[in-house]
Amino acid sequence: MTQAEKSIGNSPVVKKRISDPRSVQVLLIGLTYLFFIGFIFLPLGLVFSQAFEKGWGFYLDSIHEPYALEAVKLTLLTVAIVVPVNAVFGVSAAWAITKFNFKGKSALKSLLDLPFAVSPVIAGLIFVLLVGSRTPFGSWLGELGIKIIFSTPGIVIATIFVTFPFIARELIPLMEAQGRDEEEAALTLGAKGWQIFGQITLPNIRWGLLYGMILCGARSIGEFGAVSVVSGHIRGQTNTIPLHVEILYSEYNFTASFAVASLLVFLALLTVVLKRGIEKHFQKNSFHH
Amino acid sequence: MNAVTAPRVLASYRLSFSTAFFAALFDGFAGLLTAWVLVRYRFPGKDLLDALVDLPFALPTAVAGICFATLYSPIGWLGQLLAGWNVQVINSPIGIVIALIFIGFPFIVRTIQPVLEEMEQEIEEAAQCLGATRWQTFRKILFPHLFPALLTGVTLAFARGIGEYGSVIFIAGNLPMKTEIAPLMIMSKLDQFDYAGASAVALVLLCISFTMLLALNAVQEWQQKEYRS
Repeated sequence: MTQAEKSIGNSPVVKKRISDPRSVQVLLIGLTYLFFIGFIFLPLGLVFSQAFEKGWGFYLDSIHEPYALEAVKLTLLTVAIVVPVNAVFGVSAAWAITKFNFKGKSALKSLLDLPFAVSPVIAGLIFVLLVGSRTPFGSWLGELGIKIIFSTPGIVIATIFVTFPFIARELIPLMEAQGRDEEEAALTLGAKGWQIFGQITLPNIRWGLLYGMILCGARSIGEFGAVSVVSGHIRGQTNTIPLHVEILYSEYNFTASFAVASLLVFLALLTVVLKRGIEKHFQKNSFHH
Repeated sequence: MNAVTAPRVLASYRLSFSTAFFAALFDGFAGLLTAWVLVRYRFPGKDLLDALVDLPFALPTAVAGICFATLYSPIGWLGQLLAGWNVQVINSPIGIVIALIFIGFPFIVRTIQPVLEEMEQEIEEAAQCLGATRWQTFRKILFPHLFPALLTGVTLAFARGIGEYGSVIFIAGNLPMKTEIAPLMIMSKLDQFDYAGASAVALVLLCISFTMLLALNAVQEWQQKEYRS
C-alpha cells in the first residue's frame, strides 16, 4: 500500500461515512461527561482540595511525618519485591502455556484468573489459615523465629498472590499471536534455550511485559483488602500507604489522610499516563507491520 | 454451618449481591455509552476521558473509599446537594452501589471497546440502505453483536463487586444487618480470632466466585463462536 492510499484508507472522512445526528452525538457525549464528572473528576478534585485544606505546610508535615515515611518505605519495598517476582512468574507461565502442550494446560489457564475472581479479603484469609501462628506450619516457622503473618513477608506474599495474573494475562495473547515460528527457526540454526529466550522471545514481548509490570506495580501499591488481613496494622512496622490512609481517616485526621492519599493519586495518574503511552506505541507498531 | 446461616451473615450476603448487581447493571449502561462515544465520536477531551477510564483500576481502593465517603457526607460537595432532596447516600446501600459503580466501570468499557472498534461499518450501511432507521440498526444489529462482550464485562464487574472491600467500608458505615457487606463479615470474624467462622463465610463466597468464573468462561466461548459465525 502506498503512503497516499494509506492516508485515504484511514482518513476521518471515510470513517465517518455513517454517523448519528449531531443532536444525538451532543446528548451522548454530554451524558458521558456527566458520568465522568460525578465519578472521576469530582473525587480527584476532592482529594487535592482536602489535602491542601490546611495549606502547604500541613501537607508537607503530613507526608514527612515518621509513620507516613515508614509506610512509604514499606510500600516501596513491597513493590520492589513483588514486581520482579511476578515478572518471572508471569513470563514462565505465559511461556509454558503458549509454547508447549501439556496436560492440565487449560486448567492452569483458568487458575490464572483466580485472584481476579476471589475477594482480596479471602486471599488474605487463605494465608492466615496457611501460615498463621495458630496453624501447625505457622507454629513450626515460629519456632524457627520466622514470622510471616503480621509482618513484612506476609504483606509481600499476599500482594504477590493478588497481582500475579496481570503480567501473564498481558503476555499470553501476545505470545499466542506471535506463535513459535521464530523460536523454532532459531532452534534449527543451533541456538540454545537461553539464547532463544534472550534474543528472540524477550525482545518480542518487551512492551507487553512492561505493560503488565506497570499494572502489577499499580495494584501492589494500592492493595488494601488482602494486606489489611495479614498486616495487623502495626504503625511504623506493617503499615503500607493505603493502610496508613485508613488509620488517619478513622482517627478523623481527614486532612492528613487526604494528603497521604494524594501521593497515591499521583501514582495512579502516572500509571494511567504510562499505560496510555505504551498503548499508543503498540498501535503505531502494529500499524507498520 | 451456624456461622453461615446467622441472620447477620445472611443479610450481608443479600446486601453484597444486590448492591453488586445494581452497580454492574448501571455500569453496563454507563460503560456501553462511554465505549460508544469514545470509539464513534470525535470531541474535545476525548483522549483524556479514554485515559481516565482506567483510573478506578489504578487508584487504590482505600483512596476511592475515602473520596466517596467525603463527597457524599452531609457536609460534602454532593452530600449537601442530595440532602436538599432528602436522599441519604452515606451509611446506606446507595453509597455501596456508588462505590461499586466506580470500581466496576473500567471492566465494561475495556471489554466492549475492542469489539466495537473491529466492527465493520458495512453492515450498518447495508441496514441503512435497506431502509432501517438508526435506532433499528442499533437494536437489531449493533446491540446483538456487542451483547456477549457486554455480558462479559458486567459479569466481571459483578464478581469484583461482590468481593470488593476497600472502597466500600468507608461509605457504608457498616451498620449490622443494614450496611455490612460479606467481606466485612469475614474481616470482623478474623478480628475476633473466629477463624472457623471467617472460613465458613469465605467458603460460600468462594463457591460463588468459582461458579461465576465458570459462567464467564462459558460466555467467552459463546462469544468466540458468535464472532466466527
